[in-house]
Amino acid sequence: MTFLGNFALWVAFFVGIWGAVLAFSGRWRHRPDLEATVTRTVYAVWAAMAVAAASLWKGLASHDFNIEYVAAYTARNLPTYYIISAFWAGQKGSLLFWAVVLSTFAALAQLFTSRKYRELMPYVAGVTSVVTVFFVSVMLFSANPFDRLPFTPPDGNGLNPQLQNVGMVVHPPMLYLGYISITIPFAFAVAALMSRKLDTGWIHAIRKWTLVSWLFLSIGITLGMWWAYVELGWGGYWAWDPVENASLLPWLTMTAFLHSVMIQEKRGMLKRWNLGLIIGTFLLSIFGTFITRSGVIASVHSFTQSNVGYFFLAFLVVAGILAFTLLYTRWPLLEADVPLESMLSREAAFLFNNLILVGIAFSVLWGTLFPILSEAVRGTKITVGPPFFNRVNVPLGLFLLALTGIGPLIAWRKASAANLRRQFTMPLATGLVTLAALLASGMRDLYALMAIALGAFVLGTVVQEFYRGVRARRRMHGESIPRALVNLVARNRRRYGGYIVHVGVLTYCVAFAGMAFKVDKEATLKPGESAEVKSPYGWTYRLTHLGISQYNALNRRVSAATLEVTRDGKPIGVLKSEKRQHVNSLGQETFEPSTEVGIRSDLREDLYVVFAGTPDGTETAVYRFTVNPLVSWVWIGGAILVVGGLVTMWPGGTPARAVRRDEQAGYQVALVGAGQG
Amino acid sequence: MGDRRLLPGQDPWFCSGRRQGGRRGFLRAGLDALIPPLAAQEPAPAIAKPGSGETGQLFDPGAVGRPRAVTSDVDNDQYIMGIEKRLRCACGCGLDIYTCRTTDFTCETSPRLHREIVSLRQQGMDAQAIIDAFVAEYGEKALMAPRPEGFNLIGYLLPGVAVLIAGVGLVAWIQRRKAAVAAANVAAGASARGSAPAASSGPVSAEDLERLRQALAEVED
Repeated sequence: MTFLGNFALWVAFFVGIWGAVLAFSGRWRHRPDLEATVTRTVYAVWAAMAVAAASLWKGLASHDFNIEYVAAYTARNLPTYYIISAFWAGQKGSLLFWAVVLSTFAALAQLFTSRKYRELMPYVAGVTSVVTVFFVSVMLFSANPFDRLPFTPPDGNGLNPQLQNVGMVVHPPMLYLGYISITIPFAFAVAALMSRKLDTGWIHAIRKWTLVSWLFLSIGITLGMWWAYVELGWGGYWAWDPVENASLLPWLTMTAFLHSVMIQEKRGMLKRWNLGLIIGTFLLSIFGTFITRSGVIASVHSFTQSNVGYFFLAFLVVAGILAFTLLYTRWPLLEADVPLESMLSREAAFLFNNLILVGIAFSVLWGTLFPILSEAVRGTKITVGPPFFNRVNVPLGLFLLALTGIGPLIAWRKASAANLRRQFTMPLATGLVTLAALLASGMRDLYALMAIALGAFVLGTVVQEFYRGVRARRRMHGESIPRALVNLVARNRRRYGGYIVHVGVLTYCVAFAGMAFKVDKEATLKPGESAEVKSPYGWTYRLTHLGISQYNALNRRVSAATLEVTRDGKPIGVLKSEKRQHVNSLGQETFEPSTEVGIRSDLREDLYVVFAGTPDGTETAVYRFTVNPLVSWVWIGGAILVVGGLVTMWPGGTPARAVRRDEQAGYQVALVGAGQG
Repeated sequence: MGDRRLLPGQDPWFCSGRRQGGRRGFLRAGLDALIPPLAAQEPAPAIAKPGSGETGQLFDPGAVGRPRAVTSDVDNDQYIMGIEKRLRCACGCGLDIYTCRTTDFTCETSPRLHREIVSLRQQGMDAQAIIDAFVAEYGEKALMAPRPEGFNLIGYLLPGVAVLIAGVGLVAWIQRRKAAVAAANVAAGASARGSAPAASSGPVSAEDLERLRQALAEVED
């Protein structure tokens, strides 16, 4: 199988190069046969990558431990679903996963893009081929997943215990799908620049792709937080680790693009900015991969250090120079159709929203790279950890949260005082009442107060929009409230899906604020002994250590410490935290013992229990107890965000009347512009 | 290891039959009885059956990782926890000392650093003095965030200043565009007045424009 896998990689390499050369040569312009050939090379590369992927999967499934990758990441007693996820658990396999998914997306883009964008497609094929060839070449020349060992070990090393979690089966593919799908909008942007077809066509062509990419990134980031929370055992979900930051960067710029592209669609403005955002987002996705794989910045998540970092750095620099040079050469063709007229307009609000999103992205990037800069300039190694990122980003995040409420309600072009009064009275009142209630209840943490009050303000704006929409439908069509609500969303999915996303974002922010009230306590307990932990809500948890039981499971020896939990004297259940000593099928220990946390969740807070170990090999247990307020709302916020994203990108939803209205709106705007100009 | 699964709380001492119990245990006990010196060389551990004593010995102590220190009140001292959250563990994990010592139970560095902090605190040093002592010993990288002074100020201030400058620039740009549009409107109005009949004050009246603007706002809201 390794021969077949290697052969498939070489086929993909050469066919991809051929396709790219053909695409960028432009010789297909008057040769339909060559144009078809360019498309076929994309399908051929996909087929070759599928063969390569199947070869590795065959090696993993058949426990071919002569393949170095299979021996390094699997063992005979590894559960099947982790054998599947082992495909992307290591450096080499994940590179193959990247290339396979990218070639699949490239083929889907060729297959499903409307014929009206035909002139763009050969360039799109060229860009996707170049990126695929890059990943294939990294594998062929530096990190080949089909490398063989000089001997065949009787069993493999097994998968890192922290990766043996359902979150790790789903989180990396989701994140990769997000990273990788950014290549398609980037390819269309480059195609538009190269073909000089810089009308809104390329934007319409990538609308679904950008949403898909954003959605996958959102799911990937949320699942990553969930995995970190339930698996790593530190009681948090976001540590501003460089690898976490790397996933956040393209999400931020993609979010900025999803807002600013509306201005280009509605008003024909920000053409250069949007192209810059797409190029920047693609480069940040490559940068994230570089950070994860180069070892240039220390991270608890990163792959082992290897020379693939040099490949990525070179690709990043070359792609950046070429893309921005191309943008520069087309600069005069990208004039705005109409000027921006007022500070009090939706365009301006979206511009400020973009400014803050890109500002946060910059500060995250800056903080991530600052240790390198400091060492280069001063020769002093420094650490830039959560205190730095929180200090710099929390104020920006709160400003962004406020704009989340302001942007959608303010009128296009120029808002009048009456418009502002009509739109913001109720949401502002909601925010202020919430703030007063929180102050009255004794909350004094400034950032938490602001986050929750602004969250209430944003929720007020969304509820008001839904209320007005439903009321209008009831008045016009006499529909019941649920039916009016469903029809309202179904008939304008983009707008109301966007509102649902905003509710997800505010839910995140409120949940993040909850961490300001986290409580930690350590205790050493003999069987029957108890510890008490005070919740920020005022009640008291009593945790009674019942004992430690040890037993064997499929690929591990388990030591489970059990606690009986009461809240203000009322029993609320039993919590269990485990130590797991993983072993291979020969009974050999494969990793240091890992920890599985015990969590009791409700909507108000999580009780989080970590069995740290024993002092003397007896049943006396050392525990860490953490009370984490509002954590459930992080996952709920993520779910709301995804639902909103799905509503937004669901096909259809634009009634014929609305299409006509869009066309008319554009015409009227032009007419007004003409009248004034 | 077989796939023998016990229920939580079930006693592996009886069920597993691997170490002390079972055939091997029985043979060993018989051998010990026959050859007393052998038993003397390796004294039987003082094992209490789990659950039967105050602190029953675990069946497989190695499976729970390295021994942990018994916690004391000082481990829950908020002041010390606050200091530890500002200092980075020197093991290379990138975590602060508190998080590392309560999360990475394979790390031997963070418990040592914790003891060092406790010791310095017991000597009467305050948080800043302890942090300064750590920086003196381990360098500036011991801090979870660099001190906001000197070159590090660039790190702290640049993002905010960049956003501020960009924001001011954006406002200035919008105002300039607004002024340009207004000037163009005035010019267009003047030329329209010059060329159109007196009865009409231009192609579209200001009142009509405002009505149109409001109608558009209604449509696009």
